[in-house]
Amino acid sequence: MKKTYKIEVDCANCANKMEDAAKKTEGVADCTVNFMALKMTVDFAEGVDEKAVMKDVVKNCKKVEDDCEILL
Amino acid sequence: MTKKQKKVLIRIIVTTVLVIALEILFHILEKNGILPENERTTTFIKVGSYLIPYLLIGYDILKKAGKGILNRQVLDENFLMAVATIGAFALGEYREGVAVMLFYQIGELFQSYAVGKSRRNISDLMDIKPDYANLLTDGNVEKTDPENVPAGSLIVAYPGEKIPIDGFVEEGSSTLHTAALTGESVPREVGKGEEVISGCVNLSGILTIRTTKEFGESTVAKILDLVENAGSRKSRSENFISKFARIYTPAVCIGALALALLPPLVRLFMGMEAQFSDWIYRGLTFLVISCPCALVISIPLTFFAGIGGASRDGILIKGSNFLEALSKVKYVLFDKTGTVTQGVFEVVGIHHSEMEEKKLLEYAALVEGRSTHPIAKSIVRAHDGALDFDRVSDLTEISGHGIRARVDGIPVAVGNARLMDSMGIPFIACHHPGTIVHMAIDGAYAGHILIADIVKPQAAEAMSLMKAAGVKKAVMLTGDTAAVAESVSRELGADAYYSDLLPADKVTKVEEYLASKSQDSMLAFVGDGINDAPVLTRADIGIAMGALGSDAAIEAADVVLMDDDPVKIATAIRGAGKCMRIVYENIVFALLVKGICLVLGALGIANMWIAIFADVGVMVLAVLNAIRALRFGGALSAATVRKAGE
Repeated sequence: MKKTYKIEVDCANCANKMEDAAKKTEGVADCTVNFMALKMTVDFAEGVDEKAVMKDVVKNCKKVEDDCEILL
Repeated sequence: MTKKQKKVLIRIIVTTVLVIALEILFHILEKNGILPENERTTTFIKVGSYLIPYLLIGYDILKKAGKGILNRQVLDENFLMAVATIGAFALGEYREGVAVMLFYQIGELFQSYAVGKSRRNISDLMDIKPDYANLLTDGNVEKTDPENVPAGSLIVAYPGEKIPIDGFVEEGSSTLHTAALTGESVPREVGKGEEVISGCVNLSGILTIRTTKEFGESTVAKILDLVENAGSRKSRSENFISKFARIYTPAVCIGALALALLPPLVRLFMGMEAQFSDWIYRGLTFLVISCPCALVISIPLTFFAGIGGASRDGILIKGSNFLEALSKVKYVLFDKTGTVTQGVFEVVGIHHSEMEEKKLLEYAALVEGRSTHPIAKSIVRAHDGALDFDRVSDLTEISGHGIRARVDGIPVAVGNARLMDSMGIPFIACHHPGTIVHMAIDGAYAGHILIADIVKPQAAEAMSLMKAAGVKKAVMLTGDTAAVAESVSRELGADAYYSDLLPADKVTKVEEYLASKSQDSMLAFVGDGINDAPVLTRADIGIAMGALGSDAAIEAADVVLMDDDPVKIATAIRGAGKCMRIVYENIVFALLVKGICLVLGALGIANMWIAIFADVGVMVLAVLNAIRALRFGGALSAATVRKAGE
């Protein structure tokens, strides 16, 4: 299942870092961050609780880029 | 400017004022001999006072660096900056410490402002998402979310509004502005019964539209989806940069550490004075110079600006890898019908007619008028004026031959050579390529009508522009006959053509070319998206054109041209080339400046101020250069060409 979230991030490289971090999060099958549209599309693995997964995604993104926001 | 940017700007201004105030203050104090005699104490006081502006400008960087260490993301630019500035302070180089932080923040602010500006620039123009639809139910118009409008509903579009959902005009006529979708500035006229595409802006009249799709399936939703997911496929250069940064940053940190420690130790060993502070200063300078910001920021930004600028020109590129591949296109294979030709049949000539051509056409139109065959339709289209079918009687259709009927009582036969043969009427064969419709009136040969698919007016120009953009071979593939293919190919100036191809043969031809070309040149296939999805996927880059409303093409292609102007192929190749050039310029420029400064820094010639230029200066220049990619095809876009011609 795919869901799109609005994000706030300043630089294109930070967006790439967020994408990598989100991809490595458990429960995320795939993730793309579009820096231009400031959107993050997360493809969740089957049968996971998206809210819980997104919490981890936010945590992992904050680790690589302190300045980022994901509006859940 | 956003709130965040304003905050940083205020911090920068306050810091600058504070530093100047401190400079003046200490100057006055020194002149009047108020400062303590002891030099150590003086330095202590100075370092202490300069810590105020330093912390003001740099607290967030220090915080990020600290968090980075805790999260094991040690070697990023925040860390580099924090170490370099703290080190500078420790060495008593407080001015440089503040300056490095200050300029770093100026650079960051500049970058964030430039990005925000170009993002707005693009999103304004890609602002095609309709906010509401005017749903018409029982004569009442109600504003509603486009997503709640089922297919088959009636909606109303007032002048100035966007068409929210694809459909057909049920009532009214207007002109539509399609620039946001296609980059085409000439408005399109629509009337009753015509198809309208969501995302266009209604300019003049009120239109009542019968929707054919739901919002999610409409053109505008599909395009937004495509644009928003364009970032998902990374180019090789982008991957190279992130890999490069991963190795580069630790490498320079080790280099800096070695520079700070090894020479003094060697000197100690050789019995000389160690000069620790001197070498640590050099090591710190080295750190500031080597910050990879210019590269890690400007390269993704170039692709971002390039893809954004392209979509503004009506060229949708699905990822930066395709942008990179596009720049290396040396072979363009293209489909004929719909790509370089209009894809509709038209009467292009009437030959050997004894009577007035208009009259002959009228006879043909009367006889063919009720047929739905494309050839018959083209004859009716070519005849202007009303047709009175009451004049036609005794109509018989002879399958595979044509039609015989009486018009005003006179026997008329319209059809191919076989019909003429079967009637025993001698006819004149046509040497032009196309479909020939022979006519016999009152038992005598009356001439023939030539019907052909006409070549797009810009097609020949598109070929020469493609050549100018670096394409070595332009090859036409078509399912049409050799005669038609030969004539179209000659008119265009294509390098080669292959005729009588079935869709599967096209795949084979593309594969032949793929096998024969060298590794680093790319092959693009251009088609109108109908029946050529397999070829689009097989080529290095599949380009679908005139793809508005064709879902299959949008899915299968890597690059989508929103209108059907073949000139855009050259625009795309050229724009992609420009983006890649900017990327390489930035890589070479940044590495060169940094390399030179690193050597100078290691030798002790370059001080911290040069280091700041090498970092922030290069970054600002690289960002400015990257933003040029926003003007993707500017000079070449068809709209500009047309404007120049006016």
